[in-house]
Amino acid sequence: MSDKLMIGGKELNSRLFLGTGKFPDNRLIPEVIKKSGAEVVTVALRRIDFDSEEENMLNYIPKECILMPNTSGARNADEAVRIARLARAAGCGNWIKIEVISDNKYLLPDNFETVKATEILAKEGFVVLPYMCPELMTAKRLRDAGAAAVMPLGAPIGTNKGLKTRELVKILVDEIKLPIIVDAGLGKPSEAAEAMEIGAAAVLVNTAIATAGDPVIMAEAFDLAVRAGRKAYISGVGAIKEYAEASSPLTGFLND
Amino acid sequence: MGFYEKYLEYKAFNYEKYFERISDEAVLRIISKDVLEELDFLALLSERAGRFLEQMAVRSRQLTLQHFGRVIFLYTPLYLANYCVNQCVYCGFNVTNDISRKKLTLEEVEREAKAISSTGLRHILVLTGESRRESSVDYIKQCVEVLRKYFCSIAIEVYPLDTEEYAELIEAGVDGLTLYQEVYNEDTYSEIHLKGPKRDYLYRLDAPERACKASMRSVNIGALLGLEDWRKEAFMTGLHGKYLQNEYPDTEISVSMPRMRPHVGQFQPKYEVSDRQLVQIMLAMRLFMPRAGITISTRERAEFRDNLIGLGVTRMSAGSTTVVGGYTQEEKSGGQFDISDGRSVEEMKRMIYGKGYQPVFKDWQAI
Amino acid sequence: MVVVLNGKQVEEEDGLSLHDMLLKRGIEPERVVVELNYEIVERIKWKDTPVKNGDRLEVLKFVGGG
Repeated sequence: MSDKLMIGGKELNSRLFLGTGKFPDNRLIPEVIKKSGAEVVTVALRRIDFDSEEENMLNYIPKECILMPNTSGARNADEAVRIARLARAAGCGNWIKIEVISDNKYLLPDNFETVKATEILAKEGFVVLPYMCPELMTAKRLRDAGAAAVMPLGAPIGTNKGLKTRELVKILVDEIKLPIIVDAGLGKPSEAAEAMEIGAAAVLVNTAIATAGDPVIMAEAFDLAVRAGRKAYISGVGAIKEYAEASSPLTGFLND
Repeated sequence: MGFYEKYLEYKAFNYEKYFERISDEAVLRIISKDVLEELDFLALLSERAGRFLEQMAVRSRQLTLQHFGRVIFLYTPLYLANYCVNQCVYCGFNVTNDISRKKLTLEEVEREAKAISSTGLRHILVLTGESRRESSVDYIKQCVEVLRKYFCSIAIEVYPLDTEEYAELIEAGVDGLTLYQEVYNEDTYSEIHLKGPKRDYLYRLDAPERACKASMRSVNIGALLGLEDWRKEAFMTGLHGKYLQNEYPDTEISVSMPRMRPHVGQFQPKYEVSDRQLVQIMLAMRLFMPRAGITISTRERAEFRDNLIGLGVTRMSAGSTTVVGGYTQEEKSGGQFDISDGRSVEEMKRMIYGKGYQPVFKDWQAI
Repeated sequence: MVVVLNGKQVEEEDGLSLHDMLLKRGIEPERVVVELNYEIVERIKWKDTPVKNGDRLEVLKFVGGG
């Protein structure tokens, strides 16, 4: 059965997006990408440090992957826009994950600035995937601003706490006709499966894989969990019976 | 896009084939879902789903309690005038019907208002026939200004208006609109609205949306049951409600499922809707739109209405008359249709308390 | 001349092109993006873009990120 995810005119088979930060050794990344099945891979843009020898992340990412640079480091819309334009100029496609964080305590995204940046970048032809706090009105504004998907957090970034925002994410899934991609906070494959079961179109995982004892095996585990959750969602979860089967106290009057 | 695009989307839909494919398991699975898709809702309107009314009722009751609590809002209709230029075959106000026509003066409006408000009711629904000459927007506005002294919520059920006209009435104190499409099937619509401005299907279809655009606080829609295949009509009503909910989240959307009642005129409903079927529609609506208000008027019999409390209904009319001046005047004009539940507000109040629910006379007031 | 490269002041010989300046530092051109005085300079223009005294240069590349 074909169940492809369409974003920005691209057809994706894998619903697991992979972040590339915090790995103990970048040389693990090609194998992690392979085992995860991920087709969309996130990277960040940084100043080159001319004083030290640095590896280039692109050397570890297969050519056929879609690169999704993020705007990490941006504290407002203008900075995010600047980073996005630089990322595009680097010649790796036009996908951009908008990430605007002006809160250093919890690292929660700034929804207001994120909407502003989305508006500008969508008009410039970017495929915009904004990272946000799950909130319906913001999601609608992002949709109206031209976002290609909406990426609510499952829990504060890097916390591995799981799908703490379940109820709010479910509302986005039900109300927004764009792919809803749970980004940040998912710590275990079962939590990724949970996000997929409630109808998320994909999940983005970084810390949970990068900091696992064996990132390669964990990448595979997430791949399986995401597939399982997706299949559960499209097959329609069975009825939870909460009603009496025989008597009809509420509608008995209709039989009189 | 307007709702018409959604209507067209289903115009060629093969309902019969879809209904055939629905299994018991599918119905049960849909009943336990948190959020229903459009076709889930349609499945609940199928004949097969009709076998699972009790299960639907349990879920509907749970959702209604969760969203509305144990309360029933009470209101009553106030007919301002029965002049009408339309020829709707099913309506007592039909221009060709030989009934006595009347329009209340502002003094009479005040007298009716006093009589109604003395029963404790604070929500009122004002109605007119369609006659821009006899019941102009300006006249309705003047009546609303009188009624504001007695009621904290005033809804209108009048001919469809322009967005600016809705805004004007909102400014004057109107906060609710009731407007039934009567029949969503465009061809049938054309067959039973023989003459008059009401023949304009699209202008009526888009009227609830225009009211939303004018920031109407609540909008109540419905199809007159009996004119067409009720499964399709109820489906369209639900889709219309959902469409408005999605596009205008700041307006409270309610649905009614009025069944045709005896009236002056020859027309008889082609598609009878039984009590069971009416309940099925109500339950399906509740499962599809957990937050929507559901209104059951005095068109329905007292005993039947009593049984609906707790199943999904949130609003009921009480002490109603469909006659212009019916609350105070001896000399009666022709009514729009015959009501079934003739109980007084006091009797309704006792009955609702008896069911363990609170009758609410005043839900809210704009400040 | 003195230019500000990634926030640091550096001495450079006059008349150097952007391309030569980066090459001197072992940069693989196809992997980086350059902003000269807050304007992105397309890679094909690097050879024809002279670096001038007081210019601010940002040279960026992709690193791991989530």
